[in-house]
Amino acid sequence: MRHHALWLLAIGLCGIACAQVSYDRIVKAQQEPGNWLTYSGNYAGHRYSPLAGITRENVAGLRVAWAHQFGTGRTETSPIVVNGVMYVTAPNMAAALDARTGRELWKWSRPIPKDYRPIGFGQVNRGPAILDDRLFVATLDCFLVALDLKSGAERWTAKVGDYKLGYSMTLAPLAIKGKVIVGVSGGEAGIRGFIDAYDAATGARAWRFWTIPAPGEPGHETWPQDAPSRDSWKTGGGSAWVTGSYDPESNLVYWGIGNAGPDWNGDSRTGDNLYTCSLVALDGDTGALKWHFQFTPHDTHDWDSAHVPVLFEAEVRGVKRKLVAVANRNAFFYVLDRSSGEFVAGRAYAKQTWAKGLDDSGRPVVLPHTDPSEEGTTLWPNLNGATVWFSPSYSPQTGLFYVMVRELGSIYYKREADYKPGTFFAGGGEGHIPNGERKGAVRALDVATGNLRWEFSLHSPSWSGVLSTAGGLVFAGAEEGNFFALDAASGKPLWEFQTGGAISANPISFSVDEKQYVAIPADRVLYVFGLNP
Amino acid sequence: MSQWILLILLAAGAKAQDAPDLAAGRKIFESQCALCHGQTGTGGRGPSLNRPALPHAPDDEALYQVIFKGIEPEMPGAWQLDAHEIRSVAAYVRSLGAIPAEHLMGDPARGERVYQSKGCAGCHIVAGKGESYGPELTGIGARRNGANLRETLLNPASLLPEGFLYMSAVTRAGATVRGIRVNEDTFTVQIKDARGEFHSFKKSDLNSLTPLAHQTPMPSFASLSSGELDDLVSYLASLKGKP
Repeated sequence: MRHHALWLLAIGLCGIACAQVSYDRIVKAQQEPGNWLTYSGNYAGHRYSPLAGITRENVAGLRVAWAHQFGTGRTETSPIVVNGVMYVTAPNMAAALDARTGRELWKWSRPIPKDYRPIGFGQVNRGPAILDDRLFVATLDCFLVALDLKSGAERWTAKVGDYKLGYSMTLAPLAIKGKVIVGVSGGEAGIRGFIDAYDAATGARAWRFWTIPAPGEPGHETWPQDAPSRDSWKTGGGSAWVTGSYDPESNLVYWGIGNAGPDWNGDSRTGDNLYTCSLVALDGDTGALKWHFQFTPHDTHDWDSAHVPVLFEAEVRGVKRKLVAVANRNAFFYVLDRSSGEFVAGRAYAKQTWAKGLDDSGRPVVLPHTDPSEEGTTLWPNLNGATVWFSPSYSPQTGLFYVMVRELGSIYYKREADYKPGTFFAGGGEGHIPNGERKGAVRALDVATGNLRWEFSLHSPSWSGVLSTAGGLVFAGAEEGNFFALDAASGKPLWEFQTGGAISANPISFSVDEKQYVAIPADRVLYVFGLNP
Repeated sequence: MSQWILLILLAAGAKAQDAPDLAAGRKIFESQCALCHGQTGTGGRGPSLNRPALPHAPDDEALYQVIFKGIEPEMPGAWQLDAHEIRSVAAYVRSLGAIPAEHLMGDPARGERVYQSKGCAGCHIVAGKGESYGPELTGIGARRNGANLRETLLNPASLLPEGFLYMSAVTRAGATVRGIRVNEDTFTVQIKDARGEFHSFKKSDLNSLTPLAHQTPMPSFASLSSGELDDLVSYLASLKGKP
């Protein structure tokens, strides 16, 4: 009892001394490894913990320290942890938890409108963002909300998009200097996508980057110019539903752009359809486009470039360069120059049957008869891709890029698509291959080349992200509920726990009282593991 | 004047009562439902619909309500469709699971006696009676047609249910356990042997774990006379589920 009181007192004191999570603290997140200050742990998108309390040698002793049950369905939140307080989200909900016990400190929620409909995705939320004394949450009905860190009281609410037209948000916002950045979901509803920045203090919109260029803007020439399809850009898709990365030095925001609409029928949108299925680099102050790289021109398989871009430095032919790596939904791994977008290296990292390979500029050499068809076209990967929204991890310790890979194909169908606001605008879909093989794996790739170093096979394709740690470990989860640790150097399994629920989330690591913990949601329960808890 | 309006309303009402349009239902299904349920209803992120009994929609009114209101939290309701469109989609969904009526030669009552005399109940439960090594057959006639049942009886390994796997595990001590896989994950496997006993193994504790692909413990019943086979098929096809 006395201990409990001391803990609360400690949280209270820290609340006064440490609540200000300045931009500078997030830039230098590696200097306070016990906290998890932004979606990917750092701005570079590494999802790597510098904590080394849990090691190859002692990980077998990992046990549940506490669990927290959410009232809603499958939980995909990636928590933020600051000085003993954990911030979590669920759809239109956020809460602060005592990171020692999981007990709730405050809870905020916003009603989901009765006429809200998710079009093409589950009702989930992938986490909050933090900056100064505020927590930022993106909602399904497409509002960005700023909450007081100590009470959960609303500071401001900004309308980002109209949910009645299919705009929605499931992502964790990205907070940079004075601004909070979000992107929208809705790529199956015929939206015109965008990425927005809001003033963190006031909620006023600072800039908007439309992912589909309008007439007269560069890139618009990649959309039909003449009747009857000259307006196809207006329903061209290009969602931006996964949190990007940020380089404070160049002030560039890196963000993946989703599929073109309608997804599986490209007849009404001839051309490359920029900036769908691309990575864009935007100026953090203005949202101006610095460069883009399109992974899948004129996509007809729903292969959003919905990934966390991983920023790193490496020598390329004897010259040290600033690079960005992406393991794409289209089954290829790419390394680009992050100042210019120049293609540096790329190769397939999973089974694919749609392209012969990449040319010298990184553009795919597409094989014939790979488009969806009336009778069905069998192809790898399936529409969810070889990997998708869940995060990869990069360990500066091993120089390896760890990615959760889904190995399954599907039969792609093409159908007519009529745009009706707020409804599916898909133009087809996929069907299972009867008795088709479905596998999964954690793969470790050389970050500069994409060469495979090791793989750990999974019973089935997983929806779990990957965390690497300075303890020489890689953590990930499985569809059957296993949460496990692998040797980061060899992929050898070292520990496993059956959570009892499908894992569809990203692991994080933090410490309280200098003791390291690892957290992962499984179905509707958040588990926190520690040594000898 | 008001009578005319009433007539127009009645006409509109009559149109709403029109027979469902299967082709229109298919078009709506393929553009708005197939993303989750598969283009031919074989399932995807959402469940398969190409089966005669749908747990959330036991009757047509329930199916109408499921399509209209959705199922929280994953399935959106089709509030954008009008009543006739919903009924057309419902009719198309029902058509996905329809097993065409077929004429069967045998006699179900005689077939039940064949079922008992040939020992089928030693592995299968029907209406609460029998053993549970093999799948329950209480509703098998609602899921499979006569031709499929006949082929399964003659050549059981040719038509194994999706996900069915017969396995052989060899422990470190050298013991072999052979049985039906009841569950499996990356690290463990659970097997049911011929006595109905469950065995749980950590894969890392096994010397070997071998999938016996295209094998099943069910024997062939090719030795039945053609009359017995017709009767047995007819009996199995008559098993439509719990009353």
